[in-house]
Amino acid sequence: MNANGEARTDALWPAIRFTVNGESRSVNVPPMKRLLDVLREDLHLTGTKEGCGEGECGSCSVRMNDELVNSCLVPVLQAEGAEIQTVEGLALDGELHPLQEAFLENGGAQCGICTPGMLMAAAQLLAHSPHPSEAEIREGLAGNLCRCTGFARIFESVAAAAVAAESEPAKEPVMEQTYHAR
Amino acid sequence: MNTHATTRIVGAPVPRKEGVDKLVGRACYVDDMEREGMWYGATVRSTIPRGLIRSIAFDRRIDWSQFTVVTAADIPGENIIQLIIADQPCLADGKVNHCEEPILLLAHPDKHKLREALGGVKIEYDPLPPVFTIEESERQDPIVWGADNLLKSFLLEKGDVDSAWSRAAHIVEGEYRTGAQEHLYIENQGVIAEYSAEDGVTVWGSLQCPYYVFKALRGVFDLPEDKVRVIQTETGGAFGGKEDYPSVLACHAALLAKKSGHPVKMVYDRMEDLAATTKRHPARVRHRTALDKDGKLLAMEIHLDTDGGAYATLSSTVLSRATLHSTGPYLCPSVRVRARSWATNLVPYGAFRGFGAPQAVFAMERHMDEIAAALGLDPVELRRRNFLHQGDTNATEQLMREPMFLDQLLDRALQESDYHAKRSQFARENARNPIKRGMGLAAFYHGSGFTGSGEVYLNSLAGVDVTPQGKVRVLVSNTEFGQGTNTVLTQIAAEALGIEYSDVIMAAPDTDMVPNSGPTVASRTSMVVGRLIERACLQLIALLCERAGLGAPHTREEFLAACARYRAAHGELSSLCRYEAPPGIYWDDQKYHGEAYGAYAWAVYVAQVAVDTVTYSAEVENFWAVQEVGRVLHPVLAAGQIEGGIAQGIGYALYEKVVLADGRMTNNQMTNYIMPTAEDVPPIHVYFEQIPFRHGGYGAKGIGELPHDGPAPAILNAIRDATGVSFTAIPLLPENLYAGLAAHQPVEEPALP
Amino acid sequence: MRGNAEMHELVAPGSLGAVLDLLAAEPGQWTPIAGGTELMVAFSAGRLNAAKLVSLWGIPDLRTIEVTPESVAIGAAATFLDLRKHAVVAAEFPLLAKAASWIGSIANQGRATLGGNLVNGSPAADSSPALLAYDAEIEIVSVRGRRKVPYSEFHLGYKRNVLAADELLYAIHLPRRFARHRQYLRKVGTRRAMAIAKVALGASALLQQGVIREIRLGAASLAPYPMRLKQTEAALLGQALTRETVLAARRALLSEVQPIDDIRSTAEYRRRVAVNLLEEFLLELRREGSRP
Repeated sequence: MNANGEARTDALWPAIRFTVNGESRSVNVPPMKRLLDVLREDLHLTGTKEGCGEGECGSCSVRMNDELVNSCLVPVLQAEGAEIQTVEGLALDGELHPLQEAFLENGGAQCGICTPGMLMAAAQLLAHSPHPSEAEIREGLAGNLCRCTGFARIFESVAAAAVAAESEPAKEPVMEQTYHAR
Repeated sequence: MNTHATTRIVGAPVPRKEGVDKLVGRACYVDDMEREGMWYGATVRSTIPRGLIRSIAFDRRIDWSQFTVVTAADIPGENIIQLIIADQPCLADGKVNHCEEPILLLAHPDKHKLREALGGVKIEYDPLPPVFTIEESERQDPIVWGADNLLKSFLLEKGDVDSAWSRAAHIVEGEYRTGAQEHLYIENQGVIAEYSAEDGVTVWGSLQCPYYVFKALRGVFDLPEDKVRVIQTETGGAFGGKEDYPSVLACHAALLAKKSGHPVKMVYDRMEDLAATTKRHPARVRHRTALDKDGKLLAMEIHLDTDGGAYATLSSTVLSRATLHSTGPYLCPSVRVRARSWATNLVPYGAFRGFGAPQAVFAMERHMDEIAAALGLDPVELRRRNFLHQGDTNATEQLMREPMFLDQLLDRALQESDYHAKRSQFARENARNPIKRGMGLAAFYHGSGFTGSGEVYLNSLAGVDVTPQGKVRVLVSNTEFGQGTNTVLTQIAAEALGIEYSDVIMAAPDTDMVPNSGPTVASRTSMVVGRLIERACLQLIALLCERAGLGAPHTREEFLAACARYRAAHGELSSLCRYEAPPGIYWDDQKYHGEAYGAYAWAVYVAQVAVDTVTYSAEVENFWAVQEVGRVLHPVLAAGQIEGGIAQGIGYALYEKVVLADGRMTNNQMTNYIMPTAEDVPPIHVYFEQIPFRHGGYGAKGIGELPHDGPAPAILNAIRDATGVSFTAIPLLPENLYAGLAAHQPVEEPALP
Repeated sequence: MRGNAEMHELVAPGSLGAVLDLLAAEPGQWTPIAGGTELMVAFSAGRLNAAKLVSLWGIPDLRTIEVTPESVAIGAAATFLDLRKHAVVAAEFPLLAKAASWIGSIANQGRATLGGNLVNGSPAADSSPALLAYDAEIEIVSVRGRRKVPYSEFHLGYKRNVLAADELLYAIHLPRRFARHRQYLRKVGTRRAMAIAKVALGASALLQQGVIREIRLGAASLAPYPMRLKQTEAALLGQALTRETVLAARRALLSEVQPIDDIRSTAEYRRRVAVNLLEEFLLELRREGSRP
């Protein structure tokens, strides 16, 4: 924004393109702008949070090209051509993801501010270790700080989701957009 | 109300009321919000701990006409943040009393220009000598607050302490120290404020107590009640850190909003939040204890001192709770507690989960183990001989009327943790192992709700109404910030009305819409406000029976139909109740005698600790928490509160240190303010005993703060067991363990066998 | 958030040659950025002085891990997760794989690069003790050609290294000759994860008939940059592991390290823990050395 409160012209910055939650997006922003800020400010996906700006708390975690990243540490230029998943892309066609179900049932979220990043880290973990041991769960989530839960119920939620995903039949897409717990 | 009746919804693990929104990224925290035409605000802060402001200059290379600048001169009402004592200015006026003290405010539509402008304000000071510790403040030279640096003092006396020393078989002394602690809520402090002549001030924010902020805004703006509105946004953790500080931030943003003519968002980044906002009061507690030959307590003299920082904020109430928790769950015929809170030139300390009790309980429970060692008694046995029982009186001469089961809690904790067997095993193994293990315990209580006549003073009003859509709506100013307020109060309402959990919703925490049911602090929500909701629901049923043909008993459908009939005939349908103190409560605020708290939750915690003598690090390997809490309203939420509080207590004991240099926090980043990660927390085993409390919501007592009281002393007692060395200060970092365990050994000599 | 993205130029030429041309055309003007786990922290804190940055992310030449019979060549932009997942690195250079596993979180490990860790040059660098223990060699590239420098000579002082203004760290070479060496790595931090080292020790040693035939010791946070403990090595080389040798090694270590007091720890603690780690390693060596 300039001093008169007018929107800055986007034409100054070349377009940077990537997909978010399966949708192609294009932004004209400075290449050093943090991916976190692009997601929140330019794409209005405010599910991803800023807790520290130092890559310590993990509340900005997203999945980029099937890797977990702290989006506060990624200059958006480096996301060119990437496939990004945020918490908004976890539920599919109105159905909660098994992780979201498990967190709801097991008390994995209290204040909820660490939850989006925590879900991303857990999703990344389960994508590569579908049957993680407790030690693997702890390691997978070590970069996501939670001040409310003491982590206990988060571990249980991830373990429960791992078990649930195991026994889950392939899902048919559902048309409704309201979220409901099964 | 029969607290022993079977319930359908209370006690069941229903899904968190706002859970789905939090899980799909839809929950709206203040930094997720925008208002049209919104500007950003920032704070110019003092860089010295104490002194006079000589001059304020604005860099001429910046076009200041684009900015809104607010100073103390712009304050329409009083330049005071209303809380308890009127000592904290909203903006410094001519002098500063701590580093980071707010001096002036800037607003601009562009965040980057705003940041540049912060660097363009040059302030010159005439420094005055600052005070940085309790000891320096006690010298009362210089005087930095009031007439004597004393923010508050209490004297609690019972029996005859002075004559006990000569009769004692044993006298044991000890000094215990606790450090500052930062809340480290993962969501930083933030608000958005708007101002218009017609509506007055509106503030949205991450906060615990809408009506505290409401009162503060009224004072700073000199506005009547109908011209101030405060709305809590989804709040990402609080722990007391958003009890009083948001009043400061809200006033700042609102002043900028008024002067700029734009909505103003002020959200701190982590560095600012850590450096400039409240933390737990550091404390120094000195014990002198007289015991008879059997190890029974004859007298306790306790000098408890806290560092309050530069302004009083909540120092008096923190000191009060510390005083009332300083003597432990023990029977002692003579007690003297002299408690004082001292002003220093540090960022003002404020509320943090436990609110004085963690400091007091640390000292008492460490001291009990020191007494045990001095007397050659087992720490378990010493406690058994001194536990309070039903019918005893405590330090304020409050009769313990409710049933008490400290022995049973202790038995269960020992059994679940296999305490005795492990202690023996570790004693054998430690000699040959560079890792020394130990077991330690703490027995303690936490008083629920406000002290003494506090709840009467709060005079909370709460209730329910029924919407046109037929939903029952809970009307409270109590807030959700993860602990489960929304879920628990809707459970209570649904249970009391005989309807479904999904039939009940929470009214938005908006002072335009909800009555003042008191702050969300002091572990009072389930017990006090829950009880008000319960009563209001019963009152609603009575009204419907009387005026809308509702029968007794009734089904859900009959209830909803009666509501519809009533609304059709009379319009609005609501039921509000005011707090009523249980009968026979006596409390003398001057002498600190009587019923200090209406209810106590009781606990015994056990820690298993490993100390690595190569690195001098201590880790908690396992943890057991047994507590009696009245009634568990929601098993998952309740356990979550205990687990989370214990994790914070572990941080308090072993990891979290606020490093100060010249009155500034130097480790104000998450990389160097260390809280335990997922790889550091031990397994935590939680056990509840329930003796329903007649005057609490469905029998509940408070549990939010209890779990932060026990871990630190249990852990340090375990370290004493593991190493044979007594540590009396927290945070106990490896550097401190090294100092106690090995620093005396010449470094050239080998450490390992 | 204190950085202003509009004040920094960031380009991604996409090839090694283009990056080197840029560094040669404007020496000292362009700061290479790989995973950003250091530079972006500085940026958020408003402390990033580099006005112009050139991205190394996504340049294939820089992220390969090549195995030959003599050595493993790790591209400077290989991430720590790349190292953990690589079979030969995990099998033959377990200290490096171990260090990779405790450098921050999984999210950090997937973005932080080995080259970045070295060029950032923190005395607490997690990969350095392992690289020192493995006699790593640094390969440096520019438009003027290539050169190699032993890693132990890479750092010149606190956050200063041998790179010229137009040079880029290209690869880290590890000789494949440590299969029979005893190896040790321990990091002491403030907590189990997400911790900057207060002190760390890496070691590799070849023991024959109870005598130390080869020894390399690398340490973090005991000097202005990660250092080889050469005096300590000298006290151990050719010696049997007697109590006298251990004492001599302790004294040598104490005389050559220069720990400081800082925001994380104290010089005294670091000094003491360093000798404890050394002794722990030597005791392990003695125990293992007595086995065939």
